[in-house]
Amino acid sequence: MELVEAIILAVLAASTPLLIAATGELVAERSGVLNLGVEGMMIVGAACGFAGAWLTGSIFIGALFGIVAGTLMSLVFALMALGLAVNQVATGLALTILGVGLSGLIGAGFVGERITPAVQLVIPGLTNVPLIGRVLFGENGFVYFSIALIVAVWWFLYRTRAGLILRACGDNHASAHALGYPVLRIRTLAVMFGGACAGLAGAYLPLAYTPFFIPGMTAGRGWIALALVVFSSWRPGRLVVGAYLFGAVTILQLHAQGWGVGIPSQFMSALPYLATVIVLVLLSRARTGGSTAPAALGTVFVPDR
Amino acid sequence: MQAHQRMLDPTSNGQHSGESPLLRTIGLTKRYGDFLANDCIDIEIRPREIHALLGENGAGKSTLVKAIYGLIQPSAGEIHWQGERIVLSGPSEARIRGIGMVFQHFSLFDNLTVAENVALGLDGKESFKDMSARLEQVSKTYGLPLDPRREVWQLSVGERQRIEIVRALMQDPKFLILDEPTAVLTPQEADQLFIVLDRLKAEGRAILYISHKLEEVKRLCDTATILRGGRKVETCNPRLETAASLARMMVGGEVKEVKGASGRRTTVPRLVVNDLSLAPVEAHGVRLEHISFELKGGEILGIAGVAGNGQDELFAALSGERLAKNPGTVVIEGIAAGHLSITQRRKLGAAFVPEERLGHGTAPRMRLSENALLTGHAASGMVRRGFIDTAATLRTVDRATETFDVRKAKRDPEAASLSGGNLQKFIVGREILRNPAVLVVSQPTWGVDAGAAAVIRQALLDLATAGAAVLVTSQDLDELAEIADRIAVMFHGKLSAPLSAREASREKLGLLMGGSSLQPKEIAHAAGA
Repeated sequence: MELVEAIILAVLAASTPLLIAATGELVAERSGVLNLGVEGMMIVGAACGFAGAWLTGSIFIGALFGIVAGTLMSLVFALMALGLAVNQVATGLALTILGVGLSGLIGAGFVGERITPAVQLVIPGLTNVPLIGRVLFGENGFVYFSIALIVAVWWFLYRTRAGLILRACGDNHASAHALGYPVLRIRTLAVMFGGACAGLAGAYLPLAYTPFFIPGMTAGRGWIALALVVFSSWRPGRLVVGAYLFGAVTILQLHAQGWGVGIPSQFMSALPYLATVIVLVLLSRARTGGSTAPAALGTVFVPDR
Repeated sequence: MQAHQRMLDPTSNGQHSGESPLLRTIGLTKRYGDFLANDCIDIEIRPREIHALLGENGAGKSTLVKAIYGLIQPSAGEIHWQGERIVLSGPSEARIRGIGMVFQHFSLFDNLTVAENVALGLDGKESFKDMSARLEQVSKTYGLPLDPRREVWQLSVGERQRIEIVRALMQDPKFLILDEPTAVLTPQEADQLFIVLDRLKAEGRAILYISHKLEEVKRLCDTATILRGGRKVETCNPRLETAASLARMMVGGEVKEVKGASGRRTTVPRLVVNDLSLAPVEAHGVRLEHISFELKGGEILGIAGVAGNGQDELFAALSGERLAKNPGTVVIEGIAAGHLSITQRRKLGAAFVPEERLGHGTAPRMRLSENALLTGHAASGMVRRGFIDTAATLRTVDRATETFDVRKAKRDPEAASLSGGNLQKFIVGREILRNPAVLVVSQPTWGVDAGAAAVIRQALLDLATAGAAVLVTSQDLDELAEIADRIAVMFHGKLSAPLSAREASREKLGLLMGGSSLQPKEIAHAAGA
């Protein structure tokens, strides 16, 4: 019983950064922008988030630092890929390389420092309930926020006019432009949201997951978040399922090693990507009609004036 | 004529057509670098008027209407709306003032529903529910049936245009711009559209109607403004002109008539298709079902049909871009070729001209000589022991240039630098110079100016006269009537039995294009599916 609870808690903890980062990328991709720089924005968010928390002693301010850092990184991407219409794939990859370097520079002075990690909710009576108590009522703020975030994004995309316009930009930017919508401005905002989420997801790692900063601590989570968006076929509901599934796989990998199961850990690390490939194959085979990916995803748009 | 229209009009408030113009442009100019897309254009549009805007591709029609709709800012000149000078910040401002537009290439979102598409074209002040209710009401009022819940990719081209029109009408525009609305419609669908347009006119609205179908303009429009090379040539009453005189004004000279050789003799079957069926590759593709025909040397077979009914899929199956399961389904020069690659089919004597000039017919950033090599290398002497014979590729370009009057700035420019008409002449010329036994050509004169179109049609006729079998896919019924010996119609991936050109009236073809000639049993089957 204790073990099950521990595993669920560990899965939630491992899934939360994936969910937050993937939610941001989902919004960016739904507007038609493929930002492969998630890993870079996350790692800078991690460094800046830790720096903020260490300097002020506040986890909340640390998280804000992460958000601002991720947003600034995404603005670099927006300037290149949207403002100057540079190839999005190349720009995104460059952003990741930049981010890894930059985070090492920012975080160099903080390696080896420790902070008090984010506090967890305690509701007397509820948090003590066996099995589900700590899972439901004993998490830190990031976990609750991530769930509120994806619900809000779902509501935004499917229940508001602004969300409809954003999806329209991702489906056909030429049509959206012809109807008078500011495609580039909408996409810039979507990319900034993606950057803010990635920054927060990165900041989660040193603020709540492990209370210290080490270079490269995102360890490929940005790439998993990207795979997750594809895995979810760009739908918020499936994104939640996928995030916890992928999180579970990473935890399983640790426990499997501990239990001495004879599966190489490299294979387990590759599982999320393998799952994504399989989902892509299934999606294209099913082909029920409407395309699943935003039709304008990754294409350059230059309005003619 | 106009007085007659007014008497019929119940909403007339006694104003006459001499009333002040609804929209006026004065010296409207749009410059792109050194290029003048619009040069000092003055145009006046009055209420209760269907005003045609005529001109060849590149004459500046689209630029002019984009400026009027606020999509681009004019470089100079003024736009006056109801007597007052306006500067439009964008389409939404144009819509608020009462200017609506229906685009040629629809501004629709394939993966959104009809209602969502309409909502995106409105200002969003009413709730989605109210908007949906109004959508149903407007579509009923004007006889433009639509199901608001369906996603656009499921709809036919005619239905998609209905969305555009209903979306424009829901803003109650005083002035509606239609950019080549009938280009994608069957003749019957076009007639339906004309009824709607006459009704809009009777309600007191003005319409700017872009087209290059002259008979249609003569029938529908009260006034016509003709553009050529970015300048206004003339404003006239199209009913007092002939199609030939309008064409002269558009082209700025006589259009050469295409002459078919009388007494062309058909020989052996050169291209035979036997019960060809193919599943679609793309998400929104069409399934080819049991297509069979036989094409003899010396014969031109036309394939008519609204775009997206399987013409692209058929082209891919014939050219070898897609292979058939059974080799015997495509027979070229008596040899089963369904399993052969494009190059192998070329070696059998077939040649192919796809619809899309840039990206399919040519590699846009490569020179003409390189493009000549890319399709010619398999069957002509441009490669020696694996090395390119540059002189031979240039000779091919020169021959195509001379024979087909390709106009270009340099001897060997990049494909993308040529105008549509000249590039098409080059592509068709490149294939014809190889003396093919079978030529499969898709939309040979789409978006090509009248002069180049005549050259290309003549070349196809001459090729058939020389004994080749020619298969032409086109949406332009006039073109098929001009050159084809027999015409078949493609609908939902099925090909009708070919009609001889003499018995293929517009009405018959139109019915087939709308899918109405299916056997009763098949109709029941289609309805149940």
